[in-house]
Amino acid sequence: MKNALEGSRVIRMPQSEAPAALPLDRELLMKMHDLMVKSRALEERMIQMYRQGHGYFWIGGPGEEAFNVPLGLLIKKGQGLDYDYLHFHYRQSATLMAMGEDPIGALRQMKNTATDPYSGGRNFAGHFSIKRWNLVPVSSPIEVQYPMAPGTAIAQKRHGGDGITIVTGGDAGTAEGDFASCLVWSSRPGNELPILIIVANNRWGISTASSSVQGPTNISDRGKAFNIRSKTIDGNDPVVSYQALSEAMAYVRRERKPFLLEALVSRLYGHSSASGANFVSDEIDCIPAYEQWLEDKGVATRGHFNEVRARWNREMADLARRVRDEPPPSADSIWSFVYAEKK
Amino acid sequence: MAQAIRMALHYAEENLGISDVFGEDVGPPLGGVFTTTQGLRTAWNSPLDERGIIGVATGLALAGQHPVAEIQFCDYLFNSIDLLKLAGGTHWASNGEWNLPMVVKTPVGSGIRGSIYHSHSFDATITRIPGWKVVIPSTPLDAYGLMISACQEPNPVMYLEPKALLRMRGDELIPGEPADDRTLSRMIDAPLGDRTGWTPRWPPLEPYSVPIGKAKIVREGNRLTVVSYGRTLPLCVKAAGGLRDEGIEAEVIDLRTLYPYDWEMLKASIQKTGRVLFVNEDTEITNFGEHLIRRTTDQLFYHLLAPPRLLAGKFVPGIGLADSLEMASVPQLPDVSAAIRSLATEEA
Repeated sequence: MKNALEGSRVIRMPQSEAPAALPLDRELLMKMHDLMVKSRALEERMIQMYRQGHGYFWIGGPGEEAFNVPLGLLIKKGQGLDYDYLHFHYRQSATLMAMGEDPIGALRQMKNTATDPYSGGRNFAGHFSIKRWNLVPVSSPIEVQYPMAPGTAIAQKRHGGDGITIVTGGDAGTAEGDFASCLVWSSRPGNELPILIIVANNRWGISTASSSVQGPTNISDRGKAFNIRSKTIDGNDPVVSYQALSEAMAYVRRERKPFLLEALVSRLYGHSSASGANFVSDEIDCIPAYEQWLEDKGVATRGHFNEVRARWNREMADLARRVRDEPPPSADSIWSFVYAEKK
Repeated sequence: MAQAIRMALHYAEENLGISDVFGEDVGPPLGGVFTTTQGLRTAWNSPLDERGIIGVATGLALAGQHPVAEIQFCDYLFNSIDLLKLAGGTHWASNGEWNLPMVVKTPVGSGIRGSIYHSHSFDATITRIPGWKVVIPSTPLDAYGLMISACQEPNPVMYLEPKALLRMRGDELIPGEPADDRTLSRMIDAPLGDRTGWTPRWPPLEPYSVPIGKAKIVREGNRLTVVSYGRTLPLCVKAAGGLRDEGIEAEVIDLRTLYPYDWEMLKASIQKTGRVLFVNEDTEITNFGEHLIRRTTDQLFYHLLAPPRLLAGKFVPGIGLADSLEMASVPQLPDVSAAIRSLATEEA
């Protein structure tokens, strides 16, 4: 499998591993593959909807599936302080798929229909909001989730249990002061917070290479100044991601202290539809890389991969057709929900 | 007024589910630079980070808590405008799924010789941000009652504290407040020096509330209407009293809630008098009073006997420290008196 830590250089997983010594259960490996392909099919369908005029703008996370799927599988989902609070950025669809969310919601948001379950046609694609899973509304500014996340983590620390706060963002957003705020508030001496701070580093901020504007060798190094345990991993490898996330989450759940995890990932269709949403061929694509590894390990065959891909493409096309003629929100709905009513 | 706010917060943390009162120097030993949070059970000190404070208040509210966050001076809240916008917009952006029960309190305005960065107003800025309810008391009793209401709101509330009035003593007692102010001080003011063993003795307080959205006629009159709030409100009352001998009976309205504001009360008064003066101390370009003038003109034009007027702060970058500069920058008593006299005598 290609390894993001090595840039775009292709390296292989150790060939000496016997098929019997799989690093994770075979069933889990297959499930992760299925969810990665499902998520990719969803994103590619949304890009197609944009091109067909069935949506004004696309932004999402194709290229981050190898990290985001394990994340979704490991989240303790539910509502309230006993469960994980999620402060996501807009590249998290694969996490949602892994959590079991119906993909039609994302398509409805893409089409900005009245039935959009996350914003009622008000927000961009990928801007999820699911109260029953503590997924707080995703917003477009790339950094604002970082200072909000310690708030839910304070409540969870006070509450006890093993629920944690998980915040995600990109590398570009870490240039904002809000990222530093998150590190400061999460590591106050004696008040350390149960928060998993994730940076998905795709090495780009729209058109600007992060290497041209940010100095740290690894973003995770910034955790050291705050005595926050931290790590940089190959986010293009679902096995590495699953293991690293398991380890980090176990630490945060048990110790009630922060962890900064940087995952090196790819950005396979550019920043958004504003930059064309064309496939980028010079970055690692985690899906074929993973499929090659699964094949090498004898876990699955090319025929299976083709079947999975065809099935999800078909499924997403069917769902998109269902969404296509659903009505937009009514004009007078702009006045709804400016204020909450007292219960 | 500072004691009134403190007592309301005490009542709220004990009875209304307020979970956190926090901000820079808000917890012990200081209890806030204006002492409005002294002795509170849930008060704690934050890092010196306004964006962190607003972000954490939002996060606490998302997690079902009910925080009151303080920004030490509103001058330092300008770096958090987008977080205020996000907090105000969360209920709407999520199509009604999430609401944020949170209060942000912050001292505003001039009057303590605060110079360029401790004298700003915030009313023009915060009334530009939908989703917030905005209140500003001008008496200790209203300060208490508005804080009680703010702490019962399911929405973000911006509670503006006119810093020039924080040391004022009210004419009306808060229900449960001892009549003798020295007795109250001995009960709830922290001693000088070592405070580690000190705990306040709170009077038996009651949930007296001032409804959000309700203004108050503080002086009746029929010659003209004067609408104000915060520091300039007592100036308007005093000016109106002084002009009585000239035969000018001004009706003075304390707006108390800037949004959603009590248009019905304003409308009735303006229809009665035909003349209206709006007074505040924020800078005059895109001033909140300009909005009120626009609405007055749109809806009440044919009731007007003279153009609606605004007396506000000068559109300069800040309030200079020298007495002469502050006096020249924001409305003072002679300015208010002159503006009332001028409008009252303007030919119809």
